[in-house]
Amino acid sequence: MIRILSILVGLFFTVALGWSFANGAYTAITEPAPATAEHEFHKHPKELDLASNGPFGKFDKQQLQRGFQVYKEVCSACHSLRLVAFRDLKALGYNDDEVKAIAAGFTVPGLDPNTGEANTRPGLPTDYFPKPFANDIAARAANNNAVPPDLSLMTKARHDGSAYVYSLLTGYQNQPAELLKHFPDAKTPTGLHYNPYFANLNLAMAPPLTGEGQVSYGDGTKATVDQMAKDVAAFLTWTAEPKLDKRKQTGWPVLIFLVFATVLGYLAYLNVWADKKKA
Amino acid sequence: MSFPWANEYKPSHPLMQWIDEKLPLPRLVYNAVGAGYPVPRNLNYWWNFGVLAGFCLLLQIVTGVILAMHYAPNALVAFDSTEHIMRDVNWGWMLRYAHANGASAFFVVIYIHIFRGFFYGSYKAPREMVWLLGVVIFLLMMATAFMGYVLPWGQMSFWGAKVITGLFGAIPLVGEPLQQWLLGGFAPDNAALNRFFSLHFLLPFVIAGVVILHIWALHIPGSSNPTGVEVKSESDTVPFFPYFVAKDGWGLGVFLFLYCAMLFFAPNALGHPDNYIPANPMSTPAHIVPEWYFWPFYAILRAFTSDFFFIPAKLMGVLAMFSAILVWFFLPWLDRSPVRSGHFRPTFRKFFWLLVIDALILGYCGGAPAAEPFVMISQIAAIYYFAHFLIILPIVSSIERPDPLPFSITEAVLGKDDKAALGNPA
Repeated sequence: MIRILSILVGLFFTVALGWSFANGAYTAITEPAPATAEHEFHKHPKELDLASNGPFGKFDKQQLQRGFQVYKEVCSACHSLRLVAFRDLKALGYNDDEVKAIAAGFTVPGLDPNTGEANTRPGLPTDYFPKPFANDIAARAANNNAVPPDLSLMTKARHDGSAYVYSLLTGYQNQPAELLKHFPDAKTPTGLHYNPYFANLNLAMAPPLTGEGQVSYGDGTKATVDQMAKDVAAFLTWTAEPKLDKRKQTGWPVLIFLVFATVLGYLAYLNVWADKKKA
Repeated sequence: MSFPWANEYKPSHPLMQWIDEKLPLPRLVYNAVGAGYPVPRNLNYWWNFGVLAGFCLLLQIVTGVILAMHYAPNALVAFDSTEHIMRDVNWGWMLRYAHANGASAFFVVIYIHIFRGFFYGSYKAPREMVWLLGVVIFLLMMATAFMGYVLPWGQMSFWGAKVITGLFGAIPLVGEPLQQWLLGGFAPDNAALNRFFSLHFLLPFVIAGVVILHIWALHIPGSSNPTGVEVKSESDTVPFFPYFVAKDGWGLGVFLFLYCAMLFFAPNALGHPDNYIPANPMSTPAHIVPEWYFWPFYAILRAFTSDFFFIPAKLMGVLAMFSAILVWFFLPWLDRSPVRSGHFRPTFRKFFWLLVIDALILGYCGGAPAAEPFVMISQIAAIYYFAHFLIILPIVSSIERPDPLPFSITEAVLGKDDKAALGNPA
């Protein structure tokens, strides 16, 4: 009885699925989904070789400092870094005084201790990076109706994020003639900028890294657009995963210990079972 | 306990004797996972996964309880409190990655454990209750994992919660009020996040309770084994301690190695990048996908694209998704073959491997965008899924001619069993 019922229930589901399949197949044949410009022209991020890549990778502090400089002098005009505090910058190799000086270089919201009125004051190491806009409405108003996203977690919030940031920053170009030929409707609207590494190909951010020497690096590295993009990608890899070095440093001893313990466990297993295996 | 030759707990130390008289807890442990539990000697490594699942549950409870000390279940600060754990709490990053990857590890282990049960007919008499309780545990795990994924309050948390709670809206008549009642609002927000946190904390302890029942029910008939032949005499078994403690112990080492390799070197590989974007009800992600362990069921849900007579497609999908698991409850009565082990069932074995491939295809399609050809592939795969359990299994188990079984476990292991030669089954 239960088997007859079961076969009936099974037929119910399989026939319903077959019906869905038939309808789907009919639609797929009669109205094939049109190709889209996003599908045809969107590119995966370029390879980016960072010091922090791979199981043995560690942050290159010199590069993180350069990337921080690019963020401070270029990106921070529009993008917040709200999850990072100035005190965190010690991980980049700055000492206490340098961190204090960096913090003091930023103006953060404060309160007048006498009147309680809102004012501003120089930053302290305990402060977080201040936001460039008071709120999203102000951000939209200043940026062609797009809110510049917070960058703290950007490299973890996109597929292959570090390479994505690097590719996006160096990927601005004119729209390919091929694209305009096949998708005349997909012409980049005024005010937006074509970039094949961006999901829908057109983004509101104008190319932020425009030319060599836009920042002047203290360590003598030549500030090409490519170099600046790499450095800021490395810096944002750190802001998203500040414990990356610690994580890998912890991982190796743990794995080595586990190999050791497992081998001992295996030998113990052989020993215990010695009298029970085939004669 | 289960067999007359099981070792008896005989404490020698006066303190242990004193405890044994007052509260025989050490005796319980001894009989459950000690030398007092005789286990078939021929268990292979697929039998390690029960112990591993128990370990995963413990791991999740320990890491989870500590995480809960630092996490704030409020929609305004949940995302930032998660990042606070990652950045400012001592070893917080390790706890959170251990918990997130621990969930994945738990599901890997449990899926292997379940498919072990499928292949070796572990659900058959006299172990039906073990199986039924196992399915209950799996359902509880799914609920717990789903609610846990909502807690970081990222984009996928929010939209995943919206899609899954939206399924209740498909129920005729009461659907919409039920959905609003469950969420405490029209969409997931603070009320939903708070109750999800509360339940996410509670359910693992319910799971632990059902796990105790699962093990209790298992210990009545004793463990099954790869031949599916029941234990006949003492030579068929070995005591759990030290034999299976040693075998499970080094298996645990291998498991921990793989798990820690993920935790320390690819902790975000199984997560979705969108969940590092704070929840934003105004911006829908391009592809809403649940965690990988829900993908096969998600594919079944999405496979129903056309209304079936008077039943809306969405309701069909919801019905099918839940039925895909509920059908496991009936498995002991759908598969009527008296032979348990797939090793001796040539026809069943072929369909079993088809089911494995089918589940992998469904999983892949569930993670892919809801577009062709993935929808059509998942429709075919879902047809096989339901046909396998509801049509093929009952028919195959009636008409199949199984291969000859060994006389006993001892014969299967040693090639001969003296009792069989004497024609004197114990």
